[in-house]
Amino acid sequence: METVIQGKAYVLGKNIDTDQIIPAEHLVYSLSDPEEVKLYGKYALSGVPPEQGGLPEGNIPFVKDGSFNSDFTIIIAGPNFGCGSSREHAPFALKVAGVKAIIAESYARIFYRNCVDGGFAIPYETSEQLNQLISTGDELKIDVAANTIENLTRNVTYKLNPLGDVFRIVEAGGIFSYARQENLMAQS
Amino acid sequence: MAQTITQKILSKAANRKFVDAGESIWLNVDILLTHDVCGPPTFDIFKEEFGKDAKVWDPKKIVVLPDHYIFTANEHAHRNIDLLRQFAKEQGLENYYDVGTDRYKGVCHVALAEEGFNLPGTVLFGTDSHTCTSGAFGMFGTGIGNTDAAFILGTGKLWEKVPESIKFTFDGEMPEYLTAKDLILQILGDITTDGATYRAMEFDGEAVFSLPMEERMTLTNMAIEAGGMNGIIAADKITEAYVKVRSNKPYEVFQSDPDAVYHSRYHYNVRELEPVVAQPHSPDNRATVRSVQGTKITKSYIGSCTGGKLTDFVMAAKILKGQKVAVTTNIVPATVNVARQLECELYDGQTLKQIFEDAGCSIALPSCAACLGGPADTVGRSVDNDVVVSTTNRNFPGRMGSKHAGVYLASPLTAAASAITGKLTDPRDFL
Repeated sequence: METVIQGKAYVLGKNIDTDQIIPAEHLVYSLSDPEEVKLYGKYALSGVPPEQGGLPEGNIPFVKDGSFNSDFTIIIAGPNFGCGSSREHAPFALKVAGVKAIIAESYARIFYRNCVDGGFAIPYETSEQLNQLISTGDELKIDVAANTIENLTRNVTYKLNPLGDVFRIVEAGGIFSYARQENLMAQS
Repeated sequence: MAQTITQKILSKAANRKFVDAGESIWLNVDILLTHDVCGPPTFDIFKEEFGKDAKVWDPKKIVVLPDHYIFTANEHAHRNIDLLRQFAKEQGLENYYDVGTDRYKGVCHVALAEEGFNLPGTVLFGTDSHTCTSGAFGMFGTGIGNTDAAFILGTGKLWEKVPESIKFTFDGEMPEYLTAKDLILQILGDITTDGATYRAMEFDGEAVFSLPMEERMTLTNMAIEAGGMNGIIAADKITEAYVKVRSNKPYEVFQSDPDAVYHSRYHYNVRELEPVVAQPHSPDNRATVRSVQGTKITKSYIGSCTGGKLTDFVMAAKILKGQKVAVTTNIVPATVNVARQLECELYDGQTLKQIFEDAGCSIALPSCAACLGGPADTVGRSVDNDVVVSTTNRNFPGRMGSKHAGVYLASPLTAAASAITGKLTDPRDFL
């Protein structure tokens, strides 16, 4: 796993549900066919109402027209990110678009599990309202060992909450790698 | 040590006497549910991780109910059904309910109940967030993603964090203008869309235990709308009567200990509550129907796992009998079984189907349909700036199709009354 994650911020509000992350009409594409997989990148976050995408200004598309991935690799959001449906297509779409980490005040349970167990993107939590303090386009650097995020554009560093129990699954790269390490794959 | 009903069920599934809230434990799974949207990617992960020729842990414990994108010309959606069919054949899955055959059922959460898969005391995981619906049967049911489901397919196990529980008690006798949908929307307004994240929502009280199973399922269905891991109602005589005619499998009834520890408790007297809606664009954006009465709508939609059961249509028929709808009104029975009941269930001497047709509603084939928008040709899908009153469970931007549309979540009584006037209308105006 990477020890430093650096990239541009894409800032969102609260309660970003899975229909905003990947609208249901796109769930028909294959998650294994390489050509179809690209479409998940193209439509990632396409359900967010335009004025609420890329805060504080808004109206900044996450993925440019005609592109299959995003210039933004770190999502900053408010509480309850990923609420709504169980679709693993949501963290999958973010990963395909190029997202490496998400930093939100809190997550909905299924989305959080999917991020961790599927090894898609690291779901960090913070106690600060970082979506009020960071602007879309700011250059950010996450120090995985120190649990900090530095805003290189503004020279400020914030604390991230430790991943706790799930760190070992994140570190292993997902539930299957973790279970193999721990010898948990035997049938019941 | 005292335990909640959720702790007791999880203890049993973990082969333990006691589990504490906050502990991460490995559970033995009784049933894994999947459908056409999440089944194919789950099967891909299973093959990748366990091998091309690997066999599932127990073919009898896997239930595959295609329901999301069924009546559409979308070729990718058809391909997903083909992939389900192929996997079911390879693995000998007897509980596969194929599209285009007599076995097709419709919306998975309602079909699970109808087909006798919901048994008190058992543990169900499903690749759908509304798997919590089954908690109405005094069992543990929760949603998971494809990777977790693939892990269960191969091992029959999954880790879960034991949730703290919140108890919601509804006292009093249900008035005829109030429904389970009003109760859960009341709760959502009070605790918001993340008020129960990683927690169990336990429902009890005289009003809850007076409800038929279908209405109890509306309560537990929307636990996920508050972020809940599961919703649960202890099994009673009504539950057992429902289960016994549909299954001959053994089950175990659990009750919370009187001194069990809860995260918090909420008390309501149903006589003090009134019909409510969740306004756009969040299920917790509650308002009494009277406070928004007169808001113009363009569509009324009665359907889905939470609002397309027989009891929902009986309530709608009570209002629509002898009336004409003023806006497009879609009646979408959750399952084939519900659709058949519309043809034989009588209200005031007429079948429900006749009442809906006379009122000018259109009746669709059973599936999830426009509850989640779906492909462009989906029945009832919202377009442009539609304002929809809907008995479904979610109204975030774009949920029913157009991201410029607004959706008011409401009871079938409110959706039916509003269909007649073309404006949000309190059902008491027609009762």
